[in-house]
Amino acid sequence: MSFLNIIRRRLVLLIFVVFGVSVVTFVISHMIPGDPARMMAGERASDETVAQMREALGLDRPLHIQYLTYVGDLLQGDFGVSIRTQRPVMDDILRFFPATIELAVAALLFAIVLGIPLGVLSAVAKDRGIDHLTRTLSVTGISTPAFWLGLLLIYLFYGQLGILPGSGRLAGNMSPPPFVTGFYTVDSLIAGDWAALRSALAHLILPALTLGFIHLGVVTRQIRSAMLEVLQEDYIRTAKASGLSRARIVLDHGLRNALIPSVTMIGLAFGDLLYGAVLTETVFAWPGMGNYVVESIAALDFPAIMGFTVVASTAYVLLNLLVDLTYMFLDPQIREIG
Amino acid sequence: MTVTDRPETLPSAEADTNGPAGATSFDWRYVWYQLRRSPLAIVGLVIIILVLATMIFAPVLAPYDPNAINLLNRLAAPSFEHWFGTDQVGRDLLSRVIYGARTSVTVGFAIVGISMGFGVVIGAFSGLAGGRIDTVIMRFMDVLLSFPSFVMAMALAAALGPDLINAMLAIAVVRIPFYVRLARGQALSLRERPYVKAAVTFGSSRLHIVRRHIMPNSLAPIIVQGTLDIGVAILTASALSFIGLGAQQPTAEWGAMVSNGRDFLLDQWWYPTFPGLAILITAVGFNLFGDGLRDIFDPRLRAK
Repeated sequence: MSFLNIIRRRLVLLIFVVFGVSVVTFVISHMIPGDPARMMAGERASDETVAQMREALGLDRPLHIQYLTYVGDLLQGDFGVSIRTQRPVMDDILRFFPATIELAVAALLFAIVLGIPLGVLSAVAKDRGIDHLTRTLSVTGISTPAFWLGLLLIYLFYGQLGILPGSGRLAGNMSPPPFVTGFYTVDSLIAGDWAALRSALAHLILPALTLGFIHLGVVTRQIRSAMLEVLQEDYIRTAKASGLSRARIVLDHGLRNALIPSVTMIGLAFGDLLYGAVLTETVFAWPGMGNYVVESIAALDFPAIMGFTVVASTAYVLLNLLVDLTYMFLDPQIREIG
Repeated sequence: MTVTDRPETLPSAEADTNGPAGATSFDWRYVWYQLRRSPLAIVGLVIIILVLATMIFAPVLAPYDPNAINLLNRLAAPSFEHWFGTDQVGRDLLSRVIYGARTSVTVGFAIVGISMGFGVVIGAFSGLAGGRIDTVIMRFMDVLLSFPSFVMAMALAAALGPDLINAMLAIAVVRIPFYVRLARGQALSLRERPYVKAAVTFGSSRLHIVRRHIMPNSLAPIIVQGTLDIGVAILTASALSFIGLGAQQPTAEWGAMVSNGRDFLLDQWWYPTFPGLAILITAVGFNLFGDGLRDIFDPRLRAK
């Protein structure tokens, strides 16, 4: 299959997925027990007001018309108004989006920087002490409830040692740096505001560790198994026979080739960070999308919940596509065919 | 391998034909023989057995009634009387963690059971039917597989209303497509196997072929995946409980206990710590054991 064909196939799938997400969220929002019109109008509203609200929301029209209106609104970025914050859901999401991405990037960096050396070490020392230790660590990472690890870290570093903040993105008395990227660390650096940078970094450490630890397991595991596979290849044996040093063989010939298949796994892990982010943000009161959706769930704010679901799912699908394209680009075997 | 294929983490049916003699069908003795040589898998198995024992013997093991309120002894620190301390209404946390195994682990098994049951039936049907039916079902599954599963489970659970059974159903539903794909792959590859074709040539009945050849050979990889999934299912269910979408008071469930204990973290560390530790240990057990099983059935790993 040619390169272009693959892209075409993925784009078609993408359209179906986005369509699927819209159907699912539409169906879910009609499954909700209770009357959304009454919820919007308020509990003490008269039947007449509720009826007006129903008409205003278009809930009196046939289902397929309602669905088409819903999709039309989605395409225009109109996700309705949040019952809790009284603001358009899209505005809320855009406001909280950068915080989530900043956290996810920091967590992924942590997982990669630590996970790659651990994975290599584990593969090189297969079935020896260090390998068992690393494998135990990575299984522990995968098995740890993120929300619980976050609590332990807060207890230790905030409660007991008092060296790191336990919630939020910035010290309470500071105002956020001027908006450029929405990442407080980057923006404060651009603004040259060192106090804000220090505070932003300090606030980022524990949530990033929490979220990163779980993915450390995923990265380590993936690098280990890719390295094991690569290290048996003929070219590794040739390199050994030609007398190259062990370090050069492992890093230059081994790791470089092991990284290619790992891109997919690590990219997918980034998508799964969404899952951990919801929990991590809740624990650390990190003002991102995850925190937003959990607060919306507590308030039964369905426009917000469904808006989040649509945005998160679409972002996830786009990211997967991007990861696959990167993978194809990195793998010369596939690139050449196209 | 096309790039659209995910790196296969699932064991394939190949395992059974590539293995040494005796492994042509699901052979428990062979599995046990291999497992004994993997210390980590044994650790996993021991944890699973201990957790299951805790579930079964909860009434014998728990020192107190898990729901007995004792307002005179609220938020007591771990002591000889209360090993894990007590919660804000004086309930014994050790007893609640022990009874919590019944809730949390049962939910884990139920999620896997439901998603596996539906997934295998749909997948086997799709694979054996072939043609257009197969294409339509699998495209639909591709779409479902592209959704971020936790987000979907969360939205579904929120719509169904906060309740443990609803959370369980939501998680199970979003996991069905994984088993559909797995079971379909099994059905497709087994259909082409020489021994299945031979059986057809000999004139064996369809029922005989399914029972004698298809079922035993497709079971192994599905069981392996199921074992790995129980850990994931327990983690996901406890996460939904933690954000308020799962178990409600006064049910003893690990995720909900961590959530309740969160308010007391800084002064009563033991409250959220022990229930969370129970989740971690249980998930480690299923993951280690599942990994061990996968190593046995995945021919690519076994070759090394």
